[in-house]
Amino acid sequence: MNAAVAGRRPKPEVAPLGRMVAAQVRATLLFYWRNPAFFVFSLVLPVFFYAFFGLAFGQQRVARNITVSYLIMAQMGAYAVSSILVFNIGIGQANRRATGQDRLLRATPLPSWVALFADVAGGLALSLLSLLVLFVVAVAAGGVRLDLLEWGSLLLRLVLGSLPLLGLGLAIGYGASQNAAPALANLIYLPMSFASGMFIPIQTLPQFVRSIAHYLPTYHYTQLVLGQFNVSDEALWQSALWLVGWGIVLFAIAIRMYRLDQVRKFA
Amino acid sequence: MEPVVELVRAHKRYGPVEALRGVDLAIHRGEVVAMLGPNGAGKTTSINLMLGLRRPTSGQARLFGRDPGDRRARSRCGVMLQESGVPMGLRVRELVELFRAYYPDPMPAARAVALAGLEEQARVPANKLSGGQLRRLYYALAICGDPELLFLDEPTVGLDVESRRAFLDTVKEFAAEGRTIVLTTHYLEEADELAERIIVIDRGKVIADAPPGEIKSRVAGKRVSFDCAGPVDEAALRELPHRHLELRGGHVRMLTNQPEEALREVFRRGLVIRNLEVTGADLEEAFLALTGRRAPAAEEAGREGEVEEVAG
Repeated sequence: MNAAVAGRRPKPEVAPLGRMVAAQVRATLLFYWRNPAFFVFSLVLPVFFYAFFGLAFGQQRVARNITVSYLIMAQMGAYAVSSILVFNIGIGQANRRATGQDRLLRATPLPSWVALFADVAGGLALSLLSLLVLFVVAVAAGGVRLDLLEWGSLLLRLVLGSLPLLGLGLAIGYGASQNAAPALANLIYLPMSFASGMFIPIQTLPQFVRSIAHYLPTYHYTQLVLGQFNVSDEALWQSALWLVGWGIVLFAIAIRMYRLDQVRKFA
Repeated sequence: MEPVVELVRAHKRYGPVEALRGVDLAIHRGEVVAMLGPNGAGKTTSINLMLGLRRPTSGQARLFGRDPGDRRARSRCGVMLQESGVPMGLRVRELVELFRAYYPDPMPAARAVALAGLEEQARVPANKLSGGQLRRLYYALAICGDPELLFLDEPTVGLDVESRRAFLDTVKEFAAEGRTIVLTTHYLEEADELAERIIVIDRGKVIADAPPGEIKSRVAGKRVSFDCAGPVDEAALRELPHRHLELRGGHVRMLTNQPEEALREVFRRGLVIRNLEVTGADLEEAFLALTGRRAPAAEEAGREGEVEEVAG
């Protein structure tokens, strides 16, 4: 009004979205940088397991150019990404709810999806870092050799296939209390990843576990990733279909939990 | 002029609890308003409705003439909440920078840090701050967007006398720039000192809305207290002219507009008393006279074994 009369552009009514997103992502990364305890396990454990299984027993050849070491690298990559999504994102969100950080943000003009986006971006950054470390060790010590296209395809499988587990992480993060979240994450994720052959070859698991495995998202995630080396039990489209289905279910639960939490706090 | 913030016949129900039972209020540009009331009176609920943190069950809340959830309205206010946390490990300055990014036209980060009196702590992680410094950080986060309207929900709870003093001065400075400030408090002297208008809320209703002086003048009474020597004749005490009477063991504390009458009656009945004190009622008593209940600070102190009553 007055500003327009004076020939100046009127002040913007809200902050530019790009600035909000950038600041929020930066703060999320800064948080991880300052609190390495929150992610050091998801960084170290996959490499540790890879060194243990992949380097010790990995030289056995599965196909031309492919050794067991390749497969274990891929499986530990799946473990790294999915555990970051379930633990870091799930427990992180539960903590933020418990400490009232969500309330504080809610009172600002920040759209809530920006905070969620930054959270996921932070998880993705951790995942990429974790994968980078794992890949470097696999190349340097495990004799893994892939061309750029293969690395890219593997990375894509690892990231896209993990999305249903982001739904699981968010469901825990929005649904569980600060105390319950770590317990719940462990209780759901650990048996699930073991039973689906992420750590131990599925053929060595007892029959009844194997029959359950075929329904688990982590099983199909692992198969999707192993498909990179043509050693999957199922076709790519089958893995993809299962993962999309699980994604819908888990995100539906996450959205439900989010809504309940919102109603409890802000209705 | 259009009010900056407004509640219209606002009701809020949490399950069976009716937190607000029809609140009407309008706050205009430049006003410094204290919302006063005991815990559970509905102060925080009112603020939450104004901010869009809660939705009214019925009635309306407006912020700058818009729905309080509207980002355009929110971009013009800053908020200091009672219970809120910040990400661990982030430093004061970094958090201020983060929150600045949420607002269209923020003040320089250094200014927000300086106004909050945190220059020396600018590089300290939030989780290493003392209680008082943490409150100041929340204050800095509330003002960094250069808000026209500032909400402070019980800003000085848990602060020692000195920090509270310093904090109130900080807020006064900000108010002097012509900003609109809405704060809730159950410290009556805080409301008295800071605000030019006090809204007293009790049990979900506005029971008074006036300048502090006027609220005080509604109880031009005195506080009379003494100890009874010998048996306490409760019935006799209740017949004394009073607005409020409390008995705890042999200790009597009353509020009255006719202290001379009351004491004459005490002596006429031959009650033996000790430690007589007659003092002017302060805002706390004003509160009591308005609500018929003791202010929460006092309530905390003596929850047990007391007889409470309001009359005349």
